[in-house]
Amino acid sequence: MQEGMKNGCAGAPAVLLERISTLLAEGTVARVLGWKAGDMAYNPEPAYFETQEALKDFVYDGFCGANLSKYMIEASKLEGKTLVCLKPCDTYSFNQLLKEHRVDREKAYIIGVGCGGKLDVEQIRRKGIKGIQSIDGAQLVWEESDPGTELKGIGDDVLTIRTIYGEKTLPYGEALLERCHVCKGKEHRVYDELIGQSRDTKDADRFAQVERIEAMSPEEKFAFFQQELSKCIRCNACRNVCPACSCRKCVFDSNKFDSSQKANADSFEEKMFHIIRAFHVAGRCTDCGECSRVCPQGIPLHLFNRKFIKDINELYGTYQAGENAEDKMPLTSFDFGDAEPGIVGERG
Amino acid sequence: MPMKDEFKPKIVAFCCNWCSYAGADLAGSSRLTYPADVKIIRVPCSCRVNPMFILRAFEKGADGVILCGCHPGDCHYSTGNYYARRRMTLLFSMLDYLGVENGRTRVEWVSAAEGVKFSQTMNEFVEKIHSLGKNVRLEDLRCRKE
Amino acid sequence: MQRIGVFVCHCGSNIAATVDVKKVVEMAALEPGVVHAEDYQYMCSEAGQSLIAKAIQEKQLTGLVVCSCSPRMHETTFRKAAERAGLNPYMVEIANIREHCSWIHKDMEEATRKAVILARAAIAKVNLNTPLQPGESRVTKRALVIGGGIAGIQTALDIADAGYEVDIVEKTPSIGGRMSQLDKTFPTLDCSACILTPKMVEAAAHERIRIYTYSEVEKVSGFVGDFTVDIRKKARSVDMDKCTGCGVCQEKCPSKKTPSEFNRGLNNRSAIYTPFAQAIPNVPVIDREHCIKFQTGKCGVCAKVCQAGAIDYEQKDEIVTEKYGAIVVATGFDTIKLDQYDEYAYSQSKDVITSLELERIMNAAGPTKGHLERLSDGKPPKEMVFIQCVGSRCADERGKSYCSKICCMYTAKHAMLIRDKYPDVNVTVFYIDVRTPGKNFDEFYRRAVEQYGVNYIKGQVGKVIPQPDGKLLVQGVDLLDNRRIMKEADMVVLATAIEPNPDVRKIATMLTASIDTNNFLTEAHAKLRPVESPTAGIFLSGVCQGPKDIPETVAQAGAAAVKAIGLLAKEKLTTNPCTAKSDELLCNGCSVCANVCPYGAITYEERQVNDHGIREVRRLAVVNSALCQGCGACTVACPSGAMDLQGFSNRQIIAEVDAICR
Repeated sequence: MQEGMKNGCAGAPAVLLERISTLLAEGTVARVLGWKAGDMAYNPEPAYFETQEALKDFVYDGFCGANLSKYMIEASKLEGKTLVCLKPCDTYSFNQLLKEHRVDREKAYIIGVGCGGKLDVEQIRRKGIKGIQSIDGAQLVWEESDPGTELKGIGDDVLTIRTIYGEKTLPYGEALLERCHVCKGKEHRVYDELIGQSRDTKDADRFAQVERIEAMSPEEKFAFFQQELSKCIRCNACRNVCPACSCRKCVFDSNKFDSSQKANADSFEEKMFHIIRAFHVAGRCTDCGECSRVCPQGIPLHLFNRKFIKDINELYGTYQAGENAEDKMPLTSFDFGDAEPGIVGERG
Repeated sequence: MPMKDEFKPKIVAFCCNWCSYAGADLAGSSRLTYPADVKIIRVPCSCRVNPMFILRAFEKGADGVILCGCHPGDCHYSTGNYYARRRMTLLFSMLDYLGVENGRTRVEWVSAAEGVKFSQTMNEFVEKIHSLGKNVRLEDLRCRKE
Repeated sequence: MQRIGVFVCHCGSNIAATVDVKKVVEMAALEPGVVHAEDYQYMCSEAGQSLIAKAIQEKQLTGLVVCSCSPRMHETTFRKAAERAGLNPYMVEIANIREHCSWIHKDMEEATRKAVILARAAIAKVNLNTPLQPGESRVTKRALVIGGGIAGIQTALDIADAGYEVDIVEKTPSIGGRMSQLDKTFPTLDCSACILTPKMVEAAAHERIRIYTYSEVEKVSGFVGDFTVDIRKKARSVDMDKCTGCGVCQEKCPSKKTPSEFNRGLNNRSAIYTPFAQAIPNVPVIDREHCIKFQTGKCGVCAKVCQAGAIDYEQKDEIVTEKYGAIVVATGFDTIKLDQYDEYAYSQSKDVITSLELERIMNAAGPTKGHLERLSDGKPPKEMVFIQCVGSRCADERGKSYCSKICCMYTAKHAMLIRDKYPDVNVTVFYIDVRTPGKNFDEFYRRAVEQYGVNYIKGQVGKVIPQPDGKLLVQGVDLLDNRRIMKEADMVVLATAIEPNPDVRKIATMLTASIDTNNFLTEAHAKLRPVESPTAGIFLSGVCQGPKDIPETVAQAGAAAVKAIGLLAKEKLTTNPCTAKSDELLCNGCSVCANVCPYGAITYEERQVNDHGIREVRRLAVVNSALCQGCGACTVACPSGAMDLQGFSNRQIIAEVDAICR
């Protein structure tokens, strides 16, 4: 464990840092794509590291939720291999990008890093903890000798949060990102080597939220989404972070559909953007949850994508984007006996 | 005489060139009436219809959008309507999820020989839109004239 | 900015009676880009086209909107008129104010309002049109005919006689098709084999015809003028070059228990067989499924007795790849399965047969050597009942909605032949209607009734019940006398509905030719283009397009040949310019578009681009415009909007949407 990290950040497990450092020193990789400390303890940010010296800022802790696979699009164009740290769920995104020829497998050295669930500072705030100064307990403890060892159960881990109102504690499991409660599993789908242990964090049904909305009356559904989407400021954070939204130029930024971005208003504008965005990533979205994580307005954007995933599973057979790089995608394939669009009304 | 404030829905019908547009032509030459609220846009195939077009129609004040194509298996391009079918199923499902009345969108397979079906479908669809009334959930309010 | 001319057609009173054309002109003139608007009685007439040409020149028009009948009717006419006046033909759009407006609306005000909106949408679209140039593609001077029945043979002969190479691909071991199974033909009663066999021989001997029997079309790619077809030559297990057709192998073959396809399963054939004596080629095939050598490894009798050493157990299926300019489908028909019609006891009694089975029984080379006898006990029948429309003109799901067209006539033929040869046999025909349109057809039918005393009863049969004594109790009704009929018969013949050969759906899919709900191939236009498929370069010959008798089949086969010849005679073809095109600066190279392309028209290239100063090599989608047919599937699959369809671009369609919703 490194001491004295910037902004009280927890640093990275030594075993990971050492291995990265070695690969960089040997010249196996030209650079490292990881996370560095942000301005607060809870917001480390994606960063490149090109020297061993620079690695002193390298962080991998409970707050490193950012999915780095999308950065590999640009990294694939650089000279030499890029070492990228991917959590199990990030590897789905990488596979999907691989399928779409957006990243170069040969240019990537993937370290599959263990994941015990990632933390959400907004969730901590929602628990009534305000004025956060620093958070302890987000660091990862990996057994060097035996990578197979299970980590301690989530229930045992506690975050200690220092605030301007004094010290508060919160169980780790209560501060997780929504996506971690419905985790797809801790198996890395693509990697060169694995470091660290993972632990299961799934304790909720992935489609429960979608089902709750489906059960509403049309008026309630409309009111719910109207309220959520009225918060949208069209900052495009969801689009920019999304590994499936990897177009060189978004249709909402081009003149191809006369649909260039307009100012926010209480209108259909946002719905159109979010429906089309969800549609464009339908069958390609791995449900990584980055859109909801980065939305500054706290809009549960994953509800759009997950609705499509649920529909695809129910209508065309269970499909998980990014599980491998070979399967035919649901919207570029069909079955002669597919349901008719009228099924939407019939299902109620 | 129609009342002054009678609801005149705006309905956009996308028809594929090979089957449904020809079916609409047959409805015409057979003098099978349907309301003038329906305006047809000719596309080469149902698979040409982008969800953007449908949302755009609603954004601009359409009260209903219907897509007609060749029957599955009869597509002039052999597979176009199969893709259209999946796309529209998902789009309609999403609109339903957002609380938009699901009768406002429809897909119907109409062959070149089915003038009667074309006319019947349009009559039914217009009636359905009448029962749903003006589209307020999808319209861009700024596009209203008032 | 475009300079658009709007031309509103009265179509006599077809449009003008319901649409206020002056109002449409007046309103259209207010639309953006419109510099000229006028109306005329008949725009498609010589005078109307001159008006358009004059306006193009005088007003320097860059785009045209013609408000008239359906573009399916006159789009080409107006495009050509524009081209003659120096305008790119793809700068023309049609507002369909006849079929989609004046003909279906009665209220003038309402119809006029709609016509104005339709004109507005077309104007909005033309504002975004760009001149398009059709490409050129070459024509391979060889035709493929799928199916070697009378339709396929006639088409092939006509094409070959015109000087072009033709290949026939036939699924079964011999050409000849259904006609070779028939005994006599109506209404002349000449022997089917006598008129068919010379044609078969002529085709086989023709220097420009190649025949692939026991072969199937496996894969088709390409497009009109330039199709590439994979043909699977199934392993015959007999060397075509060595075999002399002596027939000893068939005689000596110990496996003789396979139902003969040619004789509709009424008798058996050997495992090594030619379907019938006049088969072409006269080279047997080994049915490996029933061959003892192939099933157990022990036998090999045929190889031992073959003097020519032609038997080859090691032979494998072979794939031949050929190029063709035109493809004619002549896949023919079969009779429907009778599983759904058990009330006629077809599965329960050997003496209930289909009409095609009766053909074989009546044929001198058939299972009974041409003697009319019951298959159950070999006794000659005394009472015969024919039941019409079994599965044809059927209102429910069990059968076919259409009339099979040939049954009335062949039943009259059967009845007449039986009464002629066996005057002591009583023949009764139950029918819904007797349909005899055709030259000498009704006379033929009347002869059966008047001269041969065939008993025709208008009414349907409800049930056929096999009796313990071997007789068949037929329960029916006589609608004219309004009475129930119970009749004992020795044989019952079912005029079984015909349906397109079941393989045709697979073939249609490969050819991207449309097919209707009954599996008949669709013609490009029911009246004006009856032998062409809507898919360019595909022609239809015979029953694959709809039920027809032999003379009609032969006539259509000739017509299909002429259409194919017309295509093969061209040196070059112009291609539809309304194809997909990718914007290289927006393309992600993600392959989604290629995944949905039914023509394999999209490939990927690593190419240097200059994206506003960023120079890099990118993986980019490239559309082969000769392969692209312009469906637009790729344009919707493409998330970035890089892929667009010329002539139906995203912005054009959106402009129409906006104009309609305005």
